[in-house]
Amino acid sequence: MTPALIVAVFMVAALIIYALMGGADFGGGMWDFLATGPRAVRQKEVIARAIGPIWEANHVWLILVVVLLFTGFPLAFAAIMTALNIPITLVLVGVILRGSTFIFRTYDRRTDVVQRRWSIVFGLSSFFTPFVEGITVGALATGQIRVSDGRLTSGFFSGWLTPFSFACGVFAVALFAFLAATYMTVETEDEPDLQEDFRRRAMWAGLILIPIALTAFLLARSGAPWIFAGLTRWWAPFLLGGTSCCALAALLTLWRRKFFLARVAAIGQVTLILCGWSLAQYPNFVTPDLTFANSAAPAVTLRLLIIALALGAVLLFPSLYFLFRLFKGSQPPVRQETSEGEQIERLTTAPDSP
Amino acid sequence: MNDFLFARSQMAMSLAFHIIFAAIGIGLPVLMSIAEAAWLRTKNPVYLDLAKRWSRGAAILFAVGAVSGTVLSFELGLLWPGFMARAGAIIGMPFSLEGFAFFAEAIFLGVYLHGWDRLPPWLHWFSGVLVALGGILSGIFVVTANAWMNAPAGFTMVDGKATGIDPIAAMLNPASLHEVIHMTLAAFVATGFGVAAVHAFFLRRDRANPFHRAALGLALAVACLSAPLQIVSGDHSSRTVARLQPAKLAAMEALYHSQDGAPLTIGGLPDSRSERTAYALRIPHGLSLLVARDPAAHVTGLDKFPRAQWPNVRIVHWSFDLMVGSGCYLLACSLAAAWLWWRHRRLPDAPWFLRAIVLAGPLGFLAIEAGWMVTEVGRQPWIIYGIMRTEEAVTPMPGIAVPFFGFTALYLFLAASVFFLLRRQFLGAPAGARRS
Ligand code: HDD
Ligand code: HEM
Ligand code: HEM
Repeated sequence: MTPALIVAVFMVAALIIYALMGGADFGGGMWDFLATGPRAVRQKEVIARAIGPIWEANHVWLILVVVLLFTGFPLAFAAIMTALNIPITLVLVGVILRGSTFIFRTYDRRTDVVQRRWSIVFGLSSFFTPFVEGITVGALATGQIRVSDGRLTSGFFSGWLTPFSFACGVFAVALFAFLAATYMTVETEDEPDLQEDFRRRAMWAGLILIPIALTAFLLARSGAPWIFAGLTRWWAPFLLGGTSCCALAALLTLWRRKFFLARVAAIGQVTLILCGWSLAQYPNFVTPDLTFANSAAPAVTLRLLIIALALGAVLLFPSLYFLFRLFKGSQPPVRQETSEGEQIERLTTAPDSP
Repeated sequence: MNDFLFARSQMAMSLAFHIIFAAIGIGLPVLMSIAEAAWLRTKNPVYLDLAKRWSRGAAILFAVGAVSGTVLSFELGLLWPGFMARAGAIIGMPFSLEGFAFFAEAIFLGVYLHGWDRLPPWLHWFSGVLVALGGILSGIFVVTANAWMNAPAGFTMVDGKATGIDPIAAMLNPASLHEVIHMTLAAFVATGFGVAAVHAFFLRRDRANPFHRAALGLALAVACLSAPLQIVSGDHSSRTVARLQPAKLAAMEALYHSQDGAPLTIGGLPDSRSERTAYALRIPHGLSLLVARDPAAHVTGLDKFPRAQWPNVRIVHWSFDLMVGSGCYLLACSLAAAWLWWRHRRLPDAPWFLRAIVLAGPLGFLAIEAGWMVTEVGRQPWIIYGIMRTEEAVTPMPGIAVPFFGFTALYLFLAASVFFLLRRQFLGAPAGARRS
């Protein structure tokens, strides 16, 4: 493996983790927006509880992807940011609105009007952001973004205004909704009613995902010919088979109420989809002009970057494990706090609840 | 305005917005950790209350810091692709390391904010310390990237291409040391006085409130210890800039003509056409003394540079004076606090003193903004000093006015929302009667 390829693998890994974690946070926002039924308020509460401690950490994966891109593949970064300036700017608007309204909602007045106002923006931006992210990623595969001599020659509207990239956007939204609802079934072990709500949502989302995936696949034939050709290589049947198995397994386990297994299957599904996409894309970065090799930084930089990533991972993963252990265990270890602390906690968490 | 100017304005606006939250992201975790340590030692519940309330503010401010920082990392490419294509391989390193610092910060912030009753007290305190470390480190890393733009190192240019790249040498460029020290201290000064100002404001009406007294005490301690150091570090910065970027120094001091025994010019109306600064206060030999420690030393003026390489002298000079002026006021506040404390052996709470501290609150942040104007506008017309001009780096994308106005509106809205949310948090603070 060349250093460029190793950095690219790290990038894909970071992207997958971003989809698995940050994607689920988006999905959570969507279900918050769509909360209905007699338990709508409870649904919103458990979603907020599930996202609260981890969303900032999950969000850093996106930053890592960007930083690796501009350090490891500066030419590709410059080309992508120029060609896809418009959709990426829209992603940023979504990122700003979602992050800030989530936190404003948590800390603002508990009255309905105020909460609803923040919730609407939070919910809509939770749909909007992954939609535009999907468009952006899809655009890279269309082959319409052309670069020669490091200069963009195809203008600012090519690639992302295509049926294929829009299908990718819709697919991202549906995938994250499915992922989030599946995770939520595990987070609501102790409330069977809520668990049922999320189970039903997960199954619906999983079912809707199938035609969307098929549409995207068929659109790829003309919309992303390079990728489509990639999907006819020898490994493609295994990968497609694996992805379909995971998708079916997820639906089946949801139906049988084996929630833990459903979560594993959903994670497998997302991972395989993104692996397949990167394999089909290989060795192109921005199809077809920029490859991993011809847009990479010099080897010194890449080697240092790999060392930094390895050392960083040693520190990062135990800390992440600690974070998730603390908030995501099925029986979180709540320490009994003595009067004073709890008094203050109560006093501070609900300043003017009616 | 053309697209190029809009791009510069958008970058400046985004950074000026982010730096407020970044500075708080460095300073506030330190204050929270000190408060919690004080609680662990003394078991005085006021300190626990303090740590909890500050951490609620931190949650809001950090979220805004995180989203505005994300915008910046994309904007480097959205606005300056020419710069990133060339510089990414050289200075991507500190940004990548910064990424890990963000992880540390975000992970332990989650633990800290939501783990009050899930962790043993010392472990909770320790995660706060890690948040503080993550914040300080992310600041240090990103500032070395900026220092590299001012004093590029770690590569050689051959035919317009960078070769012999050494990312470590680029990170440890000659401007890194002074910028890192000065910025880190700035975060402590600004956050310290900012927090002190809020509590001083409430103490003016409720002098006996133990909650606000404890808060003011801690915040003042941090602020008043860092402010004098900041002046020393500012002097170090000036002398390094004189060595590395004489054109920037000349603009800071509105010094149009190279001369021996140069005066220190304060205020006035620099006029680049006539190359004179009217209405200024001049201290004879002041500049030579400050820069070289020798009243007769020679100082390079702008006349040694072609006009095309002059930065905007008015902005740089006035910003510099604004920063130094604020620095002097904050130093005076620190000295007054120390003297009052030494005289009375208790928290200084004379009404005039509280009023002075309320005024000091915004000045720390004003100094940060002004200081960055000096650094960034003073670097113009270069994006990489002496190597690449800013207009070579700008995106070919037309219509940058749209994102500029869009983001400006968005940030104004965020700023207003943060202001009202924080105000509500402060107004919810415990009244004196209940605690005493
Ligand atoms: C609380 C904030 C604060 C205060 C009180 C001061 N500064 Fe400052 N200054 C900054 C905050 C700051 C800053 C915003 O943090 C900058 C921008 C870039 C940097 O490294 O620090 C800065 C930059 C900066 C530079 C430019 C460095 C460069 O371009 O490389 C100089 C020469 C000084 N400062 C000098 C001073 C002096 C002589 C001060 C004494 C009164 C002073 N500063 C007080
Ligand atoms: C430490 C990290 C920073 C980096 C890497 C950085 C980078 C940049 C870049 C790439 C530009 C655009 C090119 C140019 O105009 O030369 C720029 C411009 C600018 N930045 Fe920074 N910056 C940093 C910190 C800051 C901060 C904290 C401020 C706060 C106010 C700031 C203020 C400005 C201004 C005013 C400009 C426009 C200058 C002009 O065009 O006249 N910068 N910066
Ligand atoms: C071009 C310049 C800059 C870029 C690209 C940048 C990028 C970022 C990003 C992506 C984040 C979000 C991290 C998260 O999600 O937790 C962030 C936060 C932060 N940045 Fe910046 N930043 C820049 C300038 C600066 C400067 C000048 C400082 C100060 C010295 C600074 C200090 C911080 C700190 C302390 C945080 C974490 C605190 C918080 O979240 O509020 N950054 N920055």
